Amino acid sequence: MQIASKDVSAVDMVRAALDKAKKYADYNIFISLSEDAALNRAKEIDEKIAKGEKVGRLAGVPYACKDNFLSKQGATTAASKILEPLKAPLNATAIEKLEAEGAIMIGRVNLDAFAHGSSTENSYFGVTKNSTDMERVAGGSSGGSAVAVALDIVPFATGTDTGGSIRQPASFNGVYGIKPTYGTISRYGVVAMASSLDCVGFLARNTEDLNLLMEICAGQDPKDLTTLPDYYTKTEKKEPKKIGVIKDFDSDAIDPAIREVLRQKLSELKSDGYDIVDLEMPILKYALAVYYIICPAEVASNLSRYDGIRYGYRSEDAKNLDEIFGESRSDGYMKENKRRIMVGNFVLSSGFYDAYYLKAMKARTLIIQAFDDAFKKCDYILAPVSPNPAFRIGEKVNDPVAMYMEDILSVTLNLAGVPGVALPVGKTDSGLPLGLQLIGPRRSDKNLLDFAGKIGFKIDDKEGK
Amino acid sequence: MKITREEIDHLARLSDLSLSDEEAESLKGDLENIIKYISQLDELDTDGVEPTYQVFEMENVWREDKILPQDADREKLLNLVPAYQGNIGIQDNQIKVPKVL
Repeated sequence: MQIASKDVSAVDMVRAALDKAKKYADYNIFISLSEDAALNRAKEIDEKIAKGEKVGRLAGVPYACKDNFLSKQGATTAASKILEPLKAPLNATAIEKLEAEGAIMIGRVNLDAFAHGSSTENSYFGVTKNSTDMERVAGGSSGGSAVAVALDIVPFATGTDTGGSIRQPASFNGVYGIKPTYGTISRYGVVAMASSLDCVGFLARNTEDLNLLMEICAGQDPKDLTTLPDYYTKTEKKEPKKIGVIKDFDSDAIDPAIREVLRQKLSELKSDGYDIVDLEMPILKYALAVYYIICPAEVASNLSRYDGIRYGYRSEDAKNLDEIFGESRSDGYMKENKRRIMVGNFVLSSGFYDAYYLKAMKARTLIIQAFDDAFKKCDYILAPVSPNPAFRIGEKVNDPVAMYMEDILSVTLNLAGVPGVALPVGKTDSGLPLGLQLIGPRRSDKNLLDFAGKIGFKIDDKEGK
Repeated sequence: MKITREEIDHLARLSDLSLSDEEAESLKGDLENIIKYISQLDELDTDGVEPTYQVFEMENVWREDKILPQDADREKLLNLVPAYQGNIGIQDNQIKVPKVL
C-alpha cells in the first residue's frame, strides 16, 4: 500500500478516502466518520515529512476500524444500542500499534451487533450492502470492513474473527483476510465476544499488506495474558509441498461454483508440482454444534457486564435495580444478541451443563486432534470459507439455524486455534466473488500469507471501483 | 426439543432480560430450533476425552505484583456513567443506584 512521502501527502490520501467513503454512503459501510481528527493527524504527518523527520511504516495510510475496537478517537458502538456510543478512555493495543506507525483511522465501520452474525444485517445501524451486488449481504460480522476494502475506500481495515467473521465477508467481497493463530494479536480494548475463540485480524487487498500489519500488531501484551511472545517476525521461511483437501467438505451442501473453483485450484497446484492429500476429518461434522454451544456460553458471560449502570444505554422507564438491568438490556441488545445470551445460559445451567457445555469442550479436544493429525499429513489445507457466495439480504435473517450454517466451515479453525487466510479465487457466472481459505498449523501465519498471495487473485490497487 | 414458556422465563431471568410476551414466544421458537441443532452432539462418543477449555498454548503467565499506571482512572470511568436520572447517578464521587433491599 502507498504511504505518505514528499510526493504524496497524507492529507491528500486521507481526504481521498473520506471522499470515497461519502460517495459510497448508499452501501451503509460507516457508522461514523472522524473527518477532523483524521485530517489533523494527516497534517501532523505531512509536517514531519516536510521537516525530514522519521515517519512510521504506515505513515498517512487511511484505514477503517471495525466498530468493536476501543479508541479515544470517536466513539465505539459495537453496532449496538447498548453502548450508546462509548467515548472510550483508552485505545485498544492493536489500534495503538497501528497509529504509532502513522496509520490514520477515518471512521468506524459496521458489523453485526457485538459481532453476532454472518451478514451484517444484525446491526442497530442498518444493513451493509455487498460491494458487487447491493441486493446481497456483505457477509459478517466484519461486513463494513470487507466492503470498505473491496470498494478501495481504504487499503485495509481491522476485523475480528470468532467463527469466520473476517474470512467470510472477505470472500463475499473478493478481498484477502487473515484470522491469525489464537493469541497472535492482543485483544485488549476489543469488545469481547467469546474469549477463547476471538482473534483480531485484518482485511486488505493483498497479502504483503496483511503481512506488514501482522508484523506491526503481533506480540505479547501485558494487558492481554493470552498473547504469544513475539514469534511472528521470527518465523522461519518454509515452502509447502503437500496441500490437504478435506473430503468431508466436498458435499452437496456446498455450492457447485465453490466446489468447482476449489477443484480447479487443486488441479493447478497439482500441475505446479504440489502433492494433493485427501483428508478424512469426520469429527468436523460436529464443529458447528460445538461452536454454537461454546460461543453462546462465553457470550452470555461477556455480555453480562452491560448493565445500564456504569456506562452505555440506560432505560428511562426503569424504576428499580432489576428493571434497570432487564429493560436496559432488552432495549439495548439486538434479537440475535438475546438469542445467544439465552442459549449460553441454557447450556451453562445446572442440569444441562454436562450434556452440552462439558460435552462440547470434549468434542473441542477431538477437533484439535483432527487438525494435529491432518498437519502430520500435509503442510496446509485448502478449503471453502462458506457453503455459498453472498446471499440475498433478508434471506436468512429470521432463521437463526440457517444463518449459523454459514459458519459451518469457518468455525473449525477458531475451535482449534489455528490460522486461516481467506483469498479471492474467482467469480460466479453472475459476477459474485468466490473465496477459499488456506489453513495452516499454529504459528504458520507468515508462511501461510506468503503462499495465499501466490495462489490468490491479484487485485489491482489502482482499478478499484 | 420442546421448551416451555416457564423455561424461557427462567432463562430470561438468568440473562437479566425483560422480554415482552411476543418476544418471549418468538425466542422460544428460535431456541427450540437452535437447541435441536446443537443436541446432535448426543450421538458423539466422548468417553475418556479430556475437555479443552482454551487453546492458548501457554500456562501461568506471571508478572511482578506491582501496581502499574492504568489507562482509565476513577475520574475517567465515572465520566462514562449516564446522566443522573430519577434515583440513579453519581453522588459523592460514587455511583448511586436504587435501593436493592
